Amino acid sequence: MSDTILNIENITKSFPRVIANKKVTFDIKKNAVHAILGENGAGKSTLVKILYGLLEPDEGNIKLNNKDFKVNSPAEARKQGIGMVFQHFSLFDSLSVKENLILGIDEKMSYSDLENKLENISSRYNLPLDLDAPITALSAGEKQRVEIVRILLQDPQILIMDEPTSVLTPQEVESLFVTLNALVKEGRTILYITHKLEEVISICDTVTIMRSGEIIDTSSTANQTAKTLATKMLGQKLDDLKTNYEHIKDEVNFEVKNISCDFNDPFLTDLKNISFQVRVGEIYGIAGVAGNGQSELMDILTGENINIKSGSITFDNKKIEKYGPQKRRDLSISFVPENRLGHSAVPELSLSENILLSQFPKNNFIKNGIILKNNVDDFANNVINEFKVITPGNDAKASSLSGGNLQKYVIGREISSKPKILIISHPTWGIDAGAEHSIRESLIELSQNGTSIIVISQDLDELIEITHKICVIYDGNLSKPFKTSEIEIEKLGLLMGGKNE
Amino acid sequence: MNSFFPSIVSRSQSSGLMNFFVPIISIVLTLITGSIIFVLLGFDPVYALYTFFISPISSTYGISELFVKATPLALIAIGLSYCFKNNIYNIGAEGQLTMGAIFGGGIGILFHDTNAFWLLPLMIFAGAIGGALWGLIPAILKTKFNTNEILTSLMLVYVALFILDYLVVGPWKDPFGYSFPKSRPFSESGRMPLLFDGFRVHFGLIITLFLIFVSWFIFSKTIFGFQLKVSGYSPKAARYAGFNQTTLVFFAFAICGAFAGIAGLAEVSGPIGLLYRDISPNYGFTAIIVAFLGRLHPIGIIFASLVIALTYLGAEDAQLFLQIPSAVGFIFQGLVLFYLLGAELLINYKLTYKKLL
Repeated sequence: MSDTILNIENITKSFPRVIANKKVTFDIKKNAVHAILGENGAGKSTLVKILYGLLEPDEGNIKLNNKDFKVNSPAEARKQGIGMVFQHFSLFDSLSVKENLILGIDEKMSYSDLENKLENISSRYNLPLDLDAPITALSAGEKQRVEIVRILLQDPQILIMDEPTSVLTPQEVESLFVTLNALVKEGRTILYITHKLEEVISICDTVTIMRSGEIIDTSSTANQTAKTLATKMLGQKLDDLKTNYEHIKDEVNFEVKNISCDFNDPFLTDLKNISFQVRVGEIYGIAGVAGNGQSELMDILTGENINIKSGSITFDNKKIEKYGPQKRRDLSISFVPENRLGHSAVPELSLSENILLSQFPKNNFIKNGIILKNNVDDFANNVINEFKVITPGNDAKASSLSGGNLQKYVIGREISSKPKILIISHPTWGIDAGAEHSIRESLIELSQNGTSIIVISQDLDELIEITHKICVIYDGNLSKPFKTSEIEIEKLGLLMGGKNE
Repeated sequence: MNSFFPSIVSRSQSSGLMNFFVPIISIVLTLITGSIIFVLLGFDPVYALYTFFISPISSTYGISELFVKATPLALIAIGLSYCFKNNIYNIGAEGQLTMGAIFGGGIGILFHDTNAFWLLPLMIFAGAIGGALWGLIPAILKTKFNTNEILTSLMLVYVALFILDYLVVGPWKDPFGYSFPKSRPFSESGRMPLLFDGFRVHFGLIITLFLIFVSWFIFSKTIFGFQLKVSGYSPKAARYAGFNQTTLVFFAFAICGAFAGIAGLAEVSGPIGLLYRDISPNYGFTAIIVAFLGRLHPIGIIFASLVIALTYLGAEDAQLFLQIPSAVGFIFQGLVLFYLLGAELLINYKLTYKKLL
């Protein structure tokens, strides 16, 4: 078959405790966009890392243009014509676009040669770039363009894109698709890694679906719908989640008023005059593309940063903006930051010990400075049972749990203390669909029992699924809130891209 | 073909069993390396190792001497583990020991002709205060000015040593001491009581065992011990939990300083009985090795202190019977630390040889 560019045969790769790829076999056609669809942890990343020379397969062969293909490093892979754009950008933030491009290419090239080539690439593929801008000044979409251009400078036959739209606004996604189409027209092949169903249908020609390291199916996207793909990807049907507005009271119990905060640091986003109100029982979503002030805002909401320039936070008629985390917990405010390992949990400690990171007055964990181990263990066992955390026991180290299980445990720990308000950042970031569903379900249930919830998330689908109101953070500014049931995606997309008419 | 230089790759999971064996493996490797050194020096390695490690403790007196040396090592090491658990690298225990000896010894000199039951407790208390205050200086510098505690605590060692030097040749010089650089002897009630007649092992051992027990309780049962641990593993998680890290730094330094200060006072009021220049054969530095060899665990530290104390005694015997410089003792201590750190690395990482094409 002459129209196949890449044959992948029986690739197996195992890590301690998991088999990431099990006898993976499929072909990729030349001159097409080929999707690899699967949940987090399905083995997509392992497979592309093998193709790009970052990992060595335990078994199996790969053929590129019918010749054996074996590389030990990304540099070799690039030489053979495979380029990759990673989900997390590998750019030097303090250098300019031009400097980053020069650093990224393997062969020697003069500045004038580079500029000629760049001009050519930019106009051909709809990739405008300001060469002298420092990387810090660019949006996520622009950074991705730099990455793509850097790869195109080496003229690859196959371009691997790993979850390319995860940090982009809907408008930036559109423009990326134009670029991808132009690349395919020129005869290149694109391997498109994603877990988003709509993207597969709208721009990919063929789709390979992976689940737990195995290939479930490879087929044309022509007759597929999002539903058929989802069933294959998940292997089971999940119930639809429902939010309703009836239980929300009119009473506001958490109010942020005109919070401003300057960091004087090019890597942090200053917060500008942020105000919002959360009512009892309401789930309030804060959307936005990464790096627009979410983590800075989170630190202020949790009390980990109390050095604000101006503004106030009121909870239950108390001014709390100068309270540290423990004082806020004493008022029954609980929080779950984005990062599980080393922030909301300590990986080196046991599950029981991790309970002690978040103590509420009624927990009864400590008496005269001495830990009441029985109470802590009971609480831990309770969380493990109630939230169906898969673990050998409460003495297992937090690091031994999968991301989804640990997140269920951490969120369970907070919910079990029956907080009046839960502030949570990226609740289902990087975890499997099963855990994701159960976490979203428990958040909705919590709100129905009268707890207010603030959810900061980049995942727009998640916010639309569980929240009652959504606002958008862009460059440290917060938009006005919209009722989730009446929201227009288009409008949110514009706000996420900083366009407010 | 494989590349010549291995690359270091993280192990996904470190073996708990190996973690336990690390101290034992490093001691065995130290003994092997030690015998090679003895062979190169032209000694029968079996005889040399015997002289070094067996003969010093083959008498009751030898065992008593072992405890005399192990007492300050264990006490300082358990103090250091408060800092090390919190990821604070206090290298200045030697200075805190010296300051403890100066404060406590100063009381002893002031009351050199008083015989009263309260004198020794007062001296111990003053020793603890002296050490704690000296330890708090790097703590203040670290929390207020963000200085590196490794440098400041180390530099303060030399400041403390010079202060002691000045005192014993200057204002505190013994008026009847023929201008030797030493102080008056303390009165009888200012001395650590001996535990057994005819042996130098003293009451400091009891204090040390008591403080080790207290520390075990704090580390494993109290919220304070938990806070130290969390803030050592992950400062971000400690901030999330709302633990006050400045307070933790102060407490860790103060406790470590106090323990080292008591160790210093126990030395001068125990075996020595007065103040002079060389009150400590680097106990404060060697205790760092003890703390890590004992894996910052109270029981581990007890065993580690005995092993390292033996290198002090062995060095003396080796000098006496084999005419080997006593610095060999330091070589053994260095080897233990070297193998310990090496084994630690290999527990968490492995070496792989990448194939070259």
